[in-house]
Amino acid sequence: MSGKLRVHVDQDKCQGHSRCKALAPELFDLDEFGNAHEAGDGTVPPGLEDKAYLAKSNCPELAIDIIED
Amino acid sequence: MNKPAPVTDWVHDFDHTDPRWTENPFPIWDELRAECPVVHTERFLGVYLPTTYEAVKQVSYDTEHFSSRRVIVRNVRPEITQSAPPITSDPPAHKPAKQLLLPPFTPDAMKKLEPRVREICNELIDEFINDPKVDAAARYTKHIPVRAIAHMLGIPEKDSELFIKWIHEILELGITDDEAMVRAIHEMSSYFIGHIEARKKHPTDDLISTLMHAKDKDGQPLSDMHVLGSLRLLLIAGIDTTWSAIGASLWHLAKTPADRERLVAEPQLMPTAIEEFLRAYAPVTMAREVMKETTISGCPIKPGNMVLLSFPAANRDPAMFPDADKVVIDRKENRHAAFGLGIHRCVGSNLARMEMTVAIEEWLKRIPDFRLDPTGEVKWSEGTVRGPRQLPLLLGKPR
Repeated sequence: MSGKLRVHVDQDKCQGHSRCKALAPELFDLDEFGNAHEAGDGTVPPGLEDKAYLAKSNCPELAIDIIED
Repeated sequence: MNKPAPVTDWVHDFDHTDPRWTENPFPIWDELRAECPVVHTERFLGVYLPTTYEAVKQVSYDTEHFSSRRVIVRNVRPEITQSAPPITSDPPAHKPAKQLLLPPFTPDAMKKLEPRVREICNELIDEFINDPKVDAAARYTKHIPVRAIAHMLGIPEKDSELFIKWIHEILELGITDDEAMVRAIHEMSSYFIGHIEARKKHPTDDLISTLMHAKDKDGQPLSDMHVLGSLRLLLIAGIDTTWSAIGASLWHLAKTPADRERLVAEPQLMPTAIEEFLRAYAPVTMAREVMKETTISGCPIKPGNMVLLSFPAANRDPAMFPDADKVVIDRKENRHAAFGLGIHRCVGSNLARMEMTVAIEEWLKRIPDFRLDPTGEVKWSEGTVRGPRQLPLLLGKPR
């Protein structure tokens, strides 16, 4: 039984590689410097779970957490 | 100049300018990695080389023991007079210098530049599309990044031959020929001073003007020296790096028909293919200077030495990447370090990705069939940035 997922970008770790934005544009936004943060409160809409995990597994700085509520 | 002695013992006496390293470094890195996560050479006044992803990552994140004030391993270590912030900056000066450069290089900013890059690629292809053979390094890959960065900076694209000459003198000749390097930096500096002075009288809407109008963390305008240093950096870092990455990608596709045919048939694979080319053929090796005694992956590290920070070797570490020695164009999980790790992540990574994608897409659209010319020779650049400098290809289907 899987619950609802949320993504979170650790601002201290993100260095702006913008891989998450390329792979899951619905789930992440970039600031004016190109550093990423989760879109809204980070809730992953149904159907985008794979993209969330894809973004996490391509972040070179290990800055993305996926939280199961 | 004396030619360095050929390497006979890579583990204790490596040389990253040895012709065998230049030609094919991958088996050398595999040999070194199997021996120890960090090796050392007495050459170049003392250099360590981490070969595992973990060790490269550790050095990248540790700005206390490893300084960026020198980022190229050379035969000499003259006093530092010319800096190129933020690449040669350490904390706390690094962050404000880097933040000035980031906004012009976001993915959205690159989307605006993309149409011009597509035109540049097609203008170049027009010149050789009817030829049966072409040196793709000299006539295609070489010209794309330099024209794109000239376009961004607001300097004439026709000056690109000049930039290419300076970069060769700084990055390749400069390893052993201090005079060539100093001369090239002087020429480049006077060139840019001219452009800075011109913009003081007639402001323009380009990256040089953006930098000139930027404010530092105390709200003060940047000094001409800071602007100059950043311009030098953008030119040096933005050109032969992406030239190399595009060239290595074309080289791979020329010698691997299965990947080439698949990418032509399934263009939606382009994003993962580009990331995989970046991993497998990462062009850039940076360096750090050891400031304090420490250890990397258990190996003792002493001040007075440099560290060759080989992102390309990290990207081939089988402990990090399954089938690390294979090019898998649909690799799903790819945390490659081609653009570095930590605070010095390449400012131009979004630019490089866009240029690579556009250059390969436009090439494959117009030249879906090509292969290495068996009568020609592929030549690779030496030193800090590795990529094909001569890439003879036969165009069209084999007859």
